[in-house]
Amino acid sequence: MSAAEEIVAEGQAVEAVPKRAMTLGTGTSLVVLAVLLLVPLVVKNFIIFQMTMLLIYGVAVLALNILTGGSGQFSLGQSAFYAIGAYTSAILMETFNVNYALTLPVAGIICFGAGFLFGQPALRLSGVYLALATFALATAMPQLLKLGYFEKWTGGVQGLVVEKPDAPFGLPIGQDMWLYYFTLAITIAIYVASINLLRSRSGRAFMAIRDNEIAASAMGINVALYKTLAFGVSAGITGVAGGLGAIAVQFVAPDSFTITLAIQLFLGMVVGGVGWLPGSIVGAAFIIFVPNIAEGVSKGLSGAVFGVLLFLVIFLVPHGARQVAMVAQQLVGKLKK
Amino acid sequence: MELFANQVLAGIATGAIYACMALAVVMIYQAIDHLNFAQGEMAMFSTFISWQLMQWGVPYWLAFVLTLGFSFVAGIAIERVLFKPLAKAPILTNVAGFIALYSIINSCAGLIWDFTIKQYPTPFGSAPFLGSQLISTHQAGMIGITLLMLLGLFFFFRYTRIGLAMRAAASVPESARLVGINTSWMIALGWGMAAAIGSVAGMMIAPVVFLEPNMMLGVLIYGFAAAVLGGLTSPFGAVIGGFLVGIFENLVGTYIPGVGNELKLPIALALIITVLVVKPAGLFGRPIVKRV
Repeated sequence: MSAAEEIVAEGQAVEAVPKRAMTLGTGTSLVVLAVLLLVPLVVKNFIIFQMTMLLIYGVAVLALNILTGGSGQFSLGQSAFYAIGAYTSAILMETFNVNYALTLPVAGIICFGAGFLFGQPALRLSGVYLALATFALATAMPQLLKLGYFEKWTGGVQGLVVEKPDAPFGLPIGQDMWLYYFTLAITIAIYVASINLLRSRSGRAFMAIRDNEIAASAMGINVALYKTLAFGVSAGITGVAGGLGAIAVQFVAPDSFTITLAIQLFLGMVVGGVGWLPGSIVGAAFIIFVPNIAEGVSKGLSGAVFGVLLFLVIFLVPHGARQVAMVAQQLVGKLKK
Repeated sequence: MELFANQVLAGIATGAIYACMALAVVMIYQAIDHLNFAQGEMAMFSTFISWQLMQWGVPYWLAFVLTLGFSFVAGIAIERVLFKPLAKAPILTNVAGFIALYSIINSCAGLIWDFTIKQYPTPFGSAPFLGSQLISTHQAGMIGITLLMLLGLFFFFRYTRIGLAMRAAASVPESARLVGINTSWMIALGWGMAAAIGSVAGMMIAPVVFLEPNMMLGVLIYGFAAAVLGGLTSPFGAVIGGFLVGIFENLVGTYIPGVGNELKLPIALALIITVLVVKPAGLFGRPIVKRV
């Protein structure tokens, strides 16, 4: 191998997504919202629980989407931030008796800090190196949570049991339904905030960095700051999702937050379409319902099904649900004529 | 002092495994500029194949050789079918491909051989090596096999035409193509060799960690740490990195209180991040210059 220094033109990490292609139109949004609002009124409690999880994973996938689709950075370590958020909520509720709703902003802030700090060394990494570092983070997380030193708070291997909150103000609805609407409200708030974030100055800075880092810095964007900021925001939102997850599942344990979770979230993003925020919910539906179906066929099959489907998505619809939605839109447009 | 020597030796022995893993990682990185996250699972699957062969009554060394052959062919097949079409795709797509492969292999191994822990035989026995209490014959055998393999690779790359062609295809693909090297097949060959090297690592470590579908995750992380420490562009560095990481892991576990087996993975994480931040090119790697 030559001793000369190798010169590489950095391959693009993520394909550019135009800003306008990132969201849904008003009409479609309203329809989706109506469905999300009305369906729980007519289905069983278990399905309401699954829909709650759908929203929660949707938020987590959205967070990854902001990081990858927005700023072009990878993370295979989202499960770590999800775990931190979940544990923060669980510990605050069980050890310090804090109201469940108040634990969420705390989880978000702590995860924002964790993400921002992890983003500092991650700053100097790009592409595969960043994937590697976050992959290591995700695999290391369960062991960190099991540490004897923190056992007082985390409950070690056994984890923590969390109480399910009742509906407030004596509302005549069940716990599951209340939790669903509570999650839905937070999801909508985060979704709207994310869209606004990506449309703001910071969002444009993220996208400029994604598309060409050197050009972005030449235009006066503080690349280091915005990259770590993207990491922090993404981790913070994931933390809120984690906190919600802890409340909904009523249980946190180190082995619920393994690399498998990180892989699922990553998968959800790819299936939903990188950079297309509404796709997050499609991706979340995928990672919640596909394992159910696969496990019904044979136990332990879900990993293989995930993998095969992921390959199919990569080869057939590389833009995920966004591509499907766009094709559908064109078809509808043709029919109207 | 006795304890220190003991731990260093034990570190070299586990380091041999990390070195194999790192070597496999570097082989693929050289060929396609991507880290293969499924490397550990590929090795695990090969190890299961060899275990199955032995269950059917095939003697150890024959099973060993057959597994090497199987891994080599499987590695080439994976590259041809799944990753060749992705050669020009963005990094994200490739990472997704590796993750998918990881998931498929892990799940299939669990389906075929289920998730219970299995004993795996060692061809070297586990008596003390040369009457010394420091390392067992299996550990000595592990070190020996790794060094043999490294030597073999060195001669292959240094003195054979095809080794030269592979190096050329990895460092300057365009020029290599102009002098008539089939670069695309060189990449496939790299995959095959990496898979075979990984399978050796799997078969050597299986007696130590026991055989099960998730056995390679920790080893893979350490293999990555070793590859990063040695420099992702240098096979020699990867091996040195492997031994260093093995020694480091053992010494930290012995001398720093509270850091035992339960912090194994966080140590690897810390190591990876420290190296990537302080010296991203690794000890023996070439620095990479970006073109605007």
